[in-house]
Amino acid sequence: MYAFDFERPTTIADAVKALAAADAQALGGGQTLIPTLKQRLAQPSKLVSLTHIAEMRGVCRADDGSVAIGGATPHAVVAKEAASLYPALAKLAGQIGDPAVRSRGTIGGSLANNDPSACYPAAVLASGATIVTNSRRIAADDFFRGMFATALNPGEIIVEVRFPVPEKAAYAKFPQPASRFALTGVFVAKFASGVRVAVTGASEGGVFRWKEAEQALSSNFSAEAVRGLSVSPAGMIGDLHGTPEYRAHLVRVMTARAVQAAA
Amino acid sequence: MPKVSMKVNGKAVSGEVEGRTLLAQFLREGLRLTGTHIGCDTSQCGACVVHMNGVPVKSCAVFALDAEGAEIRTIEGMANADGSLSVIQQAFQDHHALQCGFCTPGMVMSAAALLAENPRPTEAEVRKYLEGNICRCTGCHNIVKAVLAASGQDVAAIAAE
Ligand SMILES: Cc1cc2nc3c(=O)[nH]c(=O)nc-3n(C[C@H](O)[C@H](O)[C@H](O)COP(=O)(O)OP(=O)(O)OC[C@H]3O[C@@H](n4cnc5c(N)ncnc54)[C@H](O)[C@@H]3O)c2cc1C
Ligand code: FES
Ligand code: FES
Repeated sequence: MYAFDFERPTTIADAVKALAAADAQALGGGQTLIPTLKQRLAQPSKLVSLTHIAEMRGVCRADDGSVAIGGATPHAVVAKEAASLYPALAKLAGQIGDPAVRSRGTIGGSLANNDPSACYPAAVLASGATIVTNSRRIAADDFFRGMFATALNPGEIIVEVRFPVPEKAAYAKFPQPASRFALTGVFVAKFASGVRVAVTGASEGGVFRWKEAEQALSSNFSAEAVRGLSVSPAGMIGDLHGTPEYRAHLVRVMTARAVQAAA
Repeated sequence: MPKVSMKVNGKAVSGEVEGRTLLAQFLREGLRLTGTHIGCDTSQCGACVVHMNGVPVKSCAVFALDAEGAEIRTIEGMANADGSLSVIQQAFQDHHALQCGFCTPGMVMSAAALLAENPRPTEAEVRKYLEGNICRCTGCHNIVKAVLAASGQDVAAIAAE
């Protein structure tokens, strides 16, 4: 690692101020950023640790009925504290990586990173969640901008994520056994207004909504409804773990499993 | 250089570190607590697992300065007060759950975290929980056996070789 300064602010205001310095970078749980720094793929002048900011940690029900999760809340805390408020989300959090990764990794770090195989982006997009930053609110549909890209500006931090709670929901993950990320993962959320389906791990464009399945499931919420559908392998990820065709096939299979688990 | 203070195995400690000093480095090189091993240094193997404020973390993926004020427990803090092996450590010995011993500190710390959270896990729960700890020697069966034995369960029929 190259050398850098380290700050541990305890308020959002101080963190934003510290991040205004040239080449300063936010540090969440470090589960992605620390390995990146070790490979010298990043050279920040200063890291601003967000995990000591009490107002950015924890899970609660907001006044509008949504579930609000602080941007620096570790996966293990979401797995526990969201269990009664939004069980499908808590279950997803409890399946990320391994216990030690879940102790440190945060929801804000996962979303800011937008790894094409990460789990949270699927929940955020399928739930139609809102990403609250230090300066604005961003709808999930506008937040993800392709592999490792988001709508965040430099120095902008995710302070909270607000999830509307669906009537029924589930996440079905086909784990890549070595990395434990999703080889393909599908989050299905059924609201009174319709069904949303978000797919992670499969596309080179990162997380996406499978609109065709949403339509079919909105009129018939059963695994049967997606059986006849198919996804084109064009633009799907191809690597040593799976071909684009394999991933395209998994999209339908995991969608059906998610619907089954939710129903 | 910035100073960091924390409690390690119940003892207040402090030292000078750089921003980039990892908790694993601070423990091993700063405090000479070399029981915590660095295997992969890429967050994959779990040899470096310690407890930070009661939860397991990979100390190769935590900055020392982020552990300011934290309670850290390492393998050196696992034995009983009289120096005899703790129940989990003894079970590892009894069930031949280690060969070269490189993964063992992380395995024991992860096992302790599991049993604190879930005192009587099933075999499947043990395997699932130890997903982030890799052992190149034992094939893992005896580790699973040892953890189940440490939880007070009869392991004669479990994880048959
Ligand atoms: C062995 C292993 C297995 C894993 N398995 C999975 C898995 O199955 N599924 C999965 O989804 N993930 C998995 N992960 C990734 C893990 O969930 C990480 O925690 C996550 O990707 C990054 O979160 P972090 O808090 O550690 O962020 P960091 O690593 O600290 O930061 C990542 C990026 O986000 C930025 N950032 C951090 N916090 C914020 C914030 N609040 N606002 C704005 N920017 C911010 C940082 O500047 C950096 O660019 C795994 C990781 C490991 C090491
Ligand atoms: S040395 Fe930390 S996980 Fe391998
Ligand atoms: S005993 Fe050698 S790596 Fe586990």
